[in-house]
Formats: sequence, structure tokens, C-alpha cells
Amino acid sequence: MSRILIIAEHLNGQLNQSTAKCVSCASKISGASIDIVVLAAQPAPIAAQAASIAGVTRVRTIANPANEHAIAAVYAPQVCAIAGEYTHVFGPSTTFGKDLMPRIAALLGASQLSDVMAVDDAYSFKRPIYAGNAIITVKAPTDQLVVATVRTASFPAAGAGGSANIEAAQVDVQLPTHTRYVHLQQGGGDRPDLQTARFVVSGGRALGSADAFKLIYDLGDKLKAGVGASRAAVDSGYAPNDMQVGQTGKIIAPELYVAIGISGAIQHLTGIKDAGTIVAINKDAEAPIFEVADIGLVGDLFKLVPELMRAL
Amino acid sequence: MKILVGLKRVVDYTVRVQVKPDGSGVAIDGVKMSINPFDEIALEEALRLRDAGKATEVVVVSIGQQSSMQQIDSGLAMGANRGILVKTDKAIQPLTAARIFAKLVEKERPGLVILGKQAIDDDANQTAQMLAALIDRPQATFASKVEIDGNLARVTREVDVGLETLEVELPAVISVDLRLNTPRFIKLPDIMKAKSKPRETLELASLGVESGDHLTVTHYAPPAKRQKGVMVKDVPELIAALKAKGLL
Repeated sequence: MSRILIIAEHLNGQLNQSTAKCVSCASKISGASIDIVVLAAQPAPIAAQAASIAGVTRVRTIANPANEHAIAAVYAPQVCAIAGEYTHVFGPSTTFGKDLMPRIAALLGASQLSDVMAVDDAYSFKRPIYAGNAIITVKAPTDQLVVATVRTASFPAAGAGGSANIEAAQVDVQLPTHTRYVHLQQGGGDRPDLQTARFVVSGGRALGSADAFKLIYDLGDKLKAGVGASRAAVDSGYAPNDMQVGQTGKIIAPELYVAIGISGAIQHLTGIKDAGTIVAINKDAEAPIFEVADIGLVGDLFKLVPELMRAL
Repeated sequence: MKILVGLKRVVDYTVRVQVKPDGSGVAIDGVKMSINPFDEIALEEALRLRDAGKATEVVVVSIGQQSSMQQIDSGLAMGANRGILVKTDKAIQPLTAARIFAKLVEKERPGLVILGKQAIDDDANQTAQMLAALIDRPQATFASKVEIDGNLARVTREVDVGLETLEVELPAVISVDLRLNTPRFIKLPDIMKAKSKPRETLELASLGVESGDHLTVTHYAPPAKRQKGVMVKDVPELIAALKAKGLL
């Protein structure tokens, strides 16, 4: 039977939804027992949130002042100290998990499967390569721990209603002091989080300037949507890096995705392929974005977006 | 201080890779090959640190067949001092790559290893973190800014919620993100100049590295296609279509 450990992602006492998505992925392995481990300075409130996720057997806490910030070099040896009790260790394919999980895998001498998008069985998974141009089925050895990151856009968040036991894990390992947190400059402001928002509006290169990008924020606010940007728009300085949607930025799955002035490079399309409905507004009728859009509108965004806002 | 930089030979980013009809792999025979774009950014950063007096030598490393020497040639033409090719005919996985780099770190004693955050072929995003774990040193991943101050590196990282800054003691491993810098173009005289730079070839078998290639790819498939949708002619039709889907 599979025993799966999921590393909780959290910030400022709040559990990230990516954890419930990992639970959803883990529950695709039939008969698996699912534990979550919370590493934090004060894990109790986060552990309580984790314990309420349906399908979780047990939540384990590792409290340590050194765990105040998610430093991979500090977290990894603590996870490894309890990993031996499990067959699988999962984390989200967010920057948190991408940073941490390979460090864990290497300490355990295990390979890692990155960006798992589907589970065939306990040792066979699907993941994208070449920016999503190919999907491979990968088999992991059955005599080794399976370390994986879960492509969160591929799985719905597991529901609430669970009541897992919460237990403190005893971990006695030497923690490094060579890596120190300095600060975090948070972007985003009051807008809905891109990775969990129901609606997302994104702007591309066609906006032409950071000033013009304000149009995208305005439409986003009107729709109560998260706001994203194409890589071209971020590279051109129209929007900050944490707004980049695509294979090398954020992979998202909102109910509604509105792409404005985005041509649709493959790496961008890979990042939105699980969206419910894709709307594209672009002046080039031949743009690849229209190949994947559910609703397409050809025209000048500077005329159409204000008109759309008036009509909403 | 010496800086070690990894250069992976990958299918050029402009090539749209296709899956073979029988699902046995991707069709990449005869396509253009280049340095992984993230690795080019890693090398550019190393060169800038050297040119700013923070480092004395930049050594580029590639792992692969003899053909990967082309990427070392390009790295030397960009300005690296020296190249090492770890030769193997087998496509290796990130854990093996990290173990090879760990061996080279033991040999070369660099103050910094700078790697791309991921390669655009397998998109694994693992080698830098695994290397840092194996040599028990700090990692600063997804870097968008690197400052060296004596024995410390202050690294700004692109994370989901914004920009995080870490301070790490050297030696350390840094993986770079897209916006760290814009790599320089290679000029013809640089190619000529690079011809005399030292290149070393090490057979992988001679390094005594335990293979970490534990994963087996059993099938390749093209991505599922979304159905092409409808085109609307104006904003009122767009609003009507969104209402019909229950989104407004």
C-alpha cells in the first residue's frame, strides 16, 4: 500500500491551496494513506487547516524557529528524517516546491518526477516536456521512494470536511545556518491570487507600454479577476515577473481566462491549457491563441476593451 | 574565485518539437541545437561577475556526446576561460547530472556554481537544487539579481508571490531565471580567440559517478488539443457568449 507524505506550502499562517491540490493528486493512487507535514515556527494554525482537507489521514508538525521561512536547505533534512516511513513524497510544482523537492530527492538518492499532471498508477505518471509540446509517461522504480512535484493546475483542490489527527513529529537533525532569509517583496496587492482566482485577465506585448497595461488591471478589477501577463509583456517591463503566465511562469486553471493582445506562444498556451473557457482578443486573426480560444474576437484591443468594460 | 557554469545542449528554442507517430520519442534528428537559454544567462552572469573583479575564472561544463563540445565552443567564444566536456553517449537524468557536478566541484573547488533553472527539453528544474544538496551547500534558485560581497552572495529570487531575497555563504549554487540579464552576442573575432582556449574531455565512466537514472519513459504523446471555439464579431456577441456559458 502506498504511504504518501505531502509537504504543506504556507505563508503568513495561511495554508496555500496547492497543498489541497497535492492531496487530490495523491488520492488518485488507489488505497493510499495521505499524511501532510507542516514545517513552521508555529505550525498549529496551519496544521488545523491541513487537517480539514478531506482524505488526509494524519497531519504531522515540525516546529522550529528555523522554519519561519521556507528555506530549502533547512526544510529538506527535516523532511528526510521522516521520509523513510513513506513510499511517496509529494510537493506542489510552485516555486516553493520546485525549490525544495529536488533537494529532498537528492538527499534520499531518489529521482524526481517534476510537474506530474496525471497518475496512471502508484509508479507511473504523466508529465509535460518541451514546454508542453510532448506529454511523457514515466515509470519510477518500485523499490525506491517516489519524489514528485504536482502540477497544481491539473488537479482540483481536495474538499474540506476532513478531521485528520495532528501529531508533532520528533526530528533531531543538524540544520544549516549558511542560508539566511533577508526579505520578501510581495506583489499583487489586493487582487485575487493568479493561481486560485476564478477569473484571470492577461495582457500581452500588444499593450505596448506599462501605462497601457493599466487597461488590463481595470478590466481585471471590473471582473474581480486575477491579472496576468505574457512573457513578452513581462520581458518588456509592462508587468512584474510574478504575473507571468506560462510554462516558465505560472501555470493556471481559472474558470475564465481572457487573453488580450497575446499572440499565444506554445509556452503561454501550456500555462493555460486547463482553463475552463478561454477568451482571446487580438487584432491578428491568424494569431495561434485563436486555435485554443473558446471565444475569439478580432479587433483593436484599445477600442474593444473599453467597450467591453462599459458593457459589463 | 572560480565559477563553474553548466551548458546543456538542447533543441533550439525556436524549433517546435513534434512527437513521433509511434509514440517512441520526439523527432529531433537534424534540428538546430543550441545552449539551453537559461544556461546562457547563467554564463553571462558568471562573465559579468568575473569582469567586475568578483571572480577570476569561469569554467564551462557540458555533459553529453562529443557534439556537446559545440556548446563549450560557444561558451568559450562568449568569454569563458576554459571548458570541460564530460563525455557520455547516454542521455542522463538530473540526479546523475548533479552527481557529476558534485565530482567536478570536488576537483575544481569553485566559489560559485551557476546553472540554468531548467533545461527547455526535459523541463525538470532539479539539477541545481540536487547539486546543492549533495555538496551540502546553500542554494539560491530562480535568481533575478546576484550580488557578491566577500564571502556572501545576496540573491533576489523570482517566487510566486513576488521577489524573495536570500543571503548565502559561499561556496553556493545559484540557478538563474529569465530576467537576470541579457546574454551577449558572439562576435566572429571571439570565435577565433576562443580556438586556443583549453578544453578538457573527461569520460563519464572515469569519474566514478553512481548513475541516478532511475526513471523510464514508456510513452510519448502529443498534448491534448483544445477544441477550436467560435469567433464572435463584436463586444455584444462576446458578452452573450459568456452569458450563455454562465460566466457572467
